Amino acid sequence: MTGTFTPAPGAAPLPRMVLTQARMESRLMLRNGEQLLLAVVIPVIVLVGMVRGAGRLGLDYDHPVVDVVTPGVLALAVMSTAFTSLAIATAFERRYGVLKRLGASPLPRSGLLLGKVGALLLVELLQLVVLSVAGQLLGWDPLVSASSLAGAALAVLLGTAAFAALGLLMAGALRAEATLAGANLVYLLLLAAGAVVLPASAYGGFGHVAQWLPSGALGEAMRDALVDGTVAWRDLVVLLGWAVLGTAATTRTFSWE
Amino acid sequence: MSEPAVVVDGLVMQYAATTAVDHLSLTVDRGTITAVLGPNGAGKTTTLETCEGYRAPQQGTVRVLGLDPRRQARELLPRIGVMLQEGGAWSGARAPEMLRHVAALHAHPLDPGLLEERLGLADCGRTPYRRLSGGQKQRLGLAMALVGRPEVVFVDEPTAGLDPAARHTVWELFAELRADGVTVVLTTHYMEEAERLSDRIHIIDRGRLIASGTPLELTRGGALSTIRLVVTKPFPPEAPVSLKTALGPEIEVVQLDELTLIVTGPADASTLAKVSRWCEDNAVLPESLTLGTRNLEDVFLELTGRELLP
Repeated sequence: MTGTFTPAPGAAPLPRMVLTQARMESRLMLRNGEQLLLAVVIPVIVLVGMVRGAGRLGLDYDHPVVDVVTPGVLALAVMSTAFTSLAIATAFERRYGVLKRLGASPLPRSGLLLGKVGALLLVELLQLVVLSVAGQLLGWDPLVSASSLAGAALAVLLGTAAFAALGLLMAGALRAEATLAGANLVYLLLLAAGAVVLPASAYGGFGHVAQWLPSGALGEAMRDALVDGTVAWRDLVVLLGWAVLGTAATTRTFSWE
Repeated sequence: MSEPAVVVDGLVMQYAATTAVDHLSLTVDRGTITAVLGPNGAGKTTTLETCEGYRAPQQGTVRVLGLDPRRQARELLPRIGVMLQEGGAWSGARAPEMLRHVAALHAHPLDPGLLEERLGLADCGRTPYRRLSGGQKQRLGLAMALVGRPEVVFVDEPTAGLDPAARHTVWELFAELRADGVTVVLTTHYMEEAERLSDRIHIIDRGRLIASGTPLELTRGGALSTIRLVVTKPFPPEAPVSLKTALGPEIEVVQLDELTLIVTGPADASTLAKVSRWCEDNAVLPESLTLGTRNLEDVFLELTGRELLP
């Protein structure tokens, strides 16, 4: 005799759980107005502003401005999603007991993290498509070769890992409001002074410091790949270092509630 | 059903200076509705969260379905359903979306549509979680606990903030879960809920188990009555003893505060008359003298000398 509620417990297969989690998180990210602003609108404004206002801004490079700025804006998009959006979303998941509730579900923590990574990569893919089309409309002519694509892909992956680790570090330690303010502030500071959109050489002496920041390393690696067609090993190692450092700190400090 | 659903043995949990759970031991049999009843801050939620694997026991052991909720979480979690006291959903998620998400994490989930219908969630539609009413959030939380077809559900204050109609819907649902072989462990500070719904009640106060039994055992079948005597001036210190002497050995007298005495026993109108005469003889002026059937509220009062509800 079986009734409606007769127990039939069991976890879904891990890949299905991860996919479900990634789909849900990316959908929520894209539904959120502020996050969409960060993900697409601001990078497009920066791209158009820099390219159109290059003369007035005094931007002058060996390559057309759009070719230099577009890889930087792609780096900015990765930073906005992997760091700012992830930090804010995770902080509010802690606040509203979402992480706690999922902690009692069949989804293991590793599955939750994989789901988050999947959601980040999905949103980043959409951003890269939109921003690449915007760049093309402004005359972007990237160098496309095996090594340029490999360099860009490695930069996006390692940049995502580094920024996501730092975003989770912030979200797991601070209150939701503090994370909201802090993640936006860090984003603005790195946008202005972090050598992400413009090359480190544009910042004079500070450029040497900026190269060691995850923002500078990601920006430089994207430019090296898409402007010169080279894999920027030094910058990739810097990103890897931030990812390792951030992960180590996060696993020590992250509180799920 | 040999093995109990839940065994808590000698559990101690402390936060900073306060002891939330103090050498608590209790058992929940399979296929029952078991209520953990107590005032706010009694340690109900901490106990539940230890069973759910959120907290490691500082002393003692906890087993759910024979498993250690911390060390064997991956094995246990798919088999239990959890309803938190609040929250547990993304603020931007819609109720049907949230329920389907949790359903998809399980191997053989219930039809989410069925739960929505049963719990009156069908009209939540596209409203984001943050704009749902308190009652809708509660019902969604319950639906999320049930959708994975668990063997045991832990529900923390399941009917807090629900209107009477919704509360009855939830009670009926729990009865149906029990009929289908699901074990329901609920916390509540509503004695009516514990009394009407549960097969077994564990009353806890200040982290200690103070009584366990069926509702009938605890209230002694309603055969006992309670007289509550409230006076205008504080009782003299010898009042409880003197009143008990006047009423006879079968009657219990407990002083609740300086103005209130509780008289319990096979009390009837004649006992009421005796209490009244005792007042006259001792120059005590009653403000009120009420006779009622002994309920869980009185049990709690007798055991702790305090009211269950603030």
